[in-house]
Amino acid sequence: MSGFDFSVIVSALPFLWEGLQLSFLLTILAIIGGLGFGVLLALARMSGFRLLSLVAATYVNLIRSVPLILVIFWFYFLVPLVLGRPVGGFYSALIAFVMFEAAYYSEIMRAGIKSVAKGQVQAGKSTGLGYWRIQRHIVLPQAFRNMIPVLVTQAIILFQDTSLVFVVSLRDFMTASSIVARTEGRLVEMYLFAAVVYFVICFAGSLTVRRLQSKVAT
Amino acid sequence: MIEIDNISKKYGTFQVLRDCSTSVAKGEVVVICGPSGSGKSTLIQCVNGLEPVQQGRITVDGMNVTDKKTNLTQLRARIGMVFQHFELYPHMNVLENLCLAQEKVLNRTRSEAVAKAEALIERVGLSDHIHKHPGQLSGGQQQRVAIARSLAMDPIAMLFDEPTSALDPEMINEVLDVMVQLATDGMTMMVVTHEMGFARKVADRVVFMDEGRIVEDRKTEDFFSDPESPRLRDFLSKILQY
Repeated sequence: MSGFDFSVIVSALPFLWEGLQLSFLLTILAIIGGLGFGVLLALARMSGFRLLSLVAATYVNLIRSVPLILVIFWFYFLVPLVLGRPVGGFYSALIAFVMFEAAYYSEIMRAGIKSVAKGQVQAGKSTGLGYWRIQRHIVLPQAFRNMIPVLVTQAIILFQDTSLVFVVSLRDFMTASSIVARTEGRLVEMYLFAAVVYFVICFAGSLTVRRLQSKVAT
Repeated sequence: MIEIDNISKKYGTFQVLRDCSTSVAKGEVVVICGPSGSGKSTLIQCVNGLEPVQQGRITVDGMNVTDKKTNLTQLRARIGMVFQHFELYPHMNVLENLCLAQEKVLNRTRSEAVAKAEALIERVGLSDHIHKHPGQLSGGQQQRVAIARSLAMDPIAMLFDEPTSALDPEMINEVLDVMVQLATDGMTMMVVTHEMGFARKVADRVVFMDEGRIVEDRKTEDFFSDPESPRLRDFLSKILQY
């Protein structure tokens, strides 16, 4: 292993940790925002109002048909135009992730909601519960239970996708690793290390999915 | 209490209900029977507006169910309904199943709702199971919980949509017992069922449906002793043979 110098990683750890924190922060905020907006999209798409469901369907199909990196660019240039002032790379990237993830989450949720028997809604209606209460107390809790494994899988993909934020000059874990790799001239060591870190985090996530799946199945 | 006046309904081109009229007076028990696909379940689901009708009029306690301006949510809170497949909420235990609508719709406090739930669960004989989830109960027990859940709303009438059709034979009686008790207590009931023994025992009238029409609507004794139409005679001879 002569010629390899892994000590560079140790000295770069604080810098890399900052990058990893950004990756986590983006992932978590995008999951929360994406879930919230995704629920609304799913309900809109399944609602009886033709126009509303058409708008939601168009949005979902449009977003799912373009690469994420393009969506990140869009919002980087679009949001300042709409708001009239620049919002910085972080917020534009976050908005892009939320909008993008919501499209995927809404499809996952639509499947989850459809998996809840129609009779459950009728039972709710027959006791005088209104639409929102039926969704909130009867349908969504059951739907979420069914779709947790798929949602976690999507979250793992999202975590990996945060590496794309280098295009708007944000320094996530991947970008930070690249910077260290190039400035220290230790490409192999750094990219190996980055791969190990991604693997450990994502594999732990996959194991969680498997455990959740067996739990949901019972 | 329940007035059904000349209602008709189509699913696409299929006519499910044709000019159906009947009524249920306060305290009366009316059983609806007929072959599958005769429209009996659809008819009962129209009574609390779960299924819309295209023609005709239904009123319940003076409220017009078929009028678009009627607040159906408010109306449904006053009519209990029991389903063939129980439809208990699987993610909540028995107590929560009984409390949800009491608290959210009737705005009862937690302790009022719990007291009511406990009393009703005792009445259907399931006090030991109040903290269990529906999945841990047998079909008959689940259906008794479902009846209690409807009763928790203090309904002015109860609708039963084939309440024993999904049950194993040995569990049918425990559910019918609860229903008989309810009928003797004076509850207004509309019951879709094939249980002719139940009909004989507690029904004031029996309605026979076929191909979306109400073929006979008779006092219970007459229904069994003196069926007028050949279609009903044929039906009775088939289901009462054994």
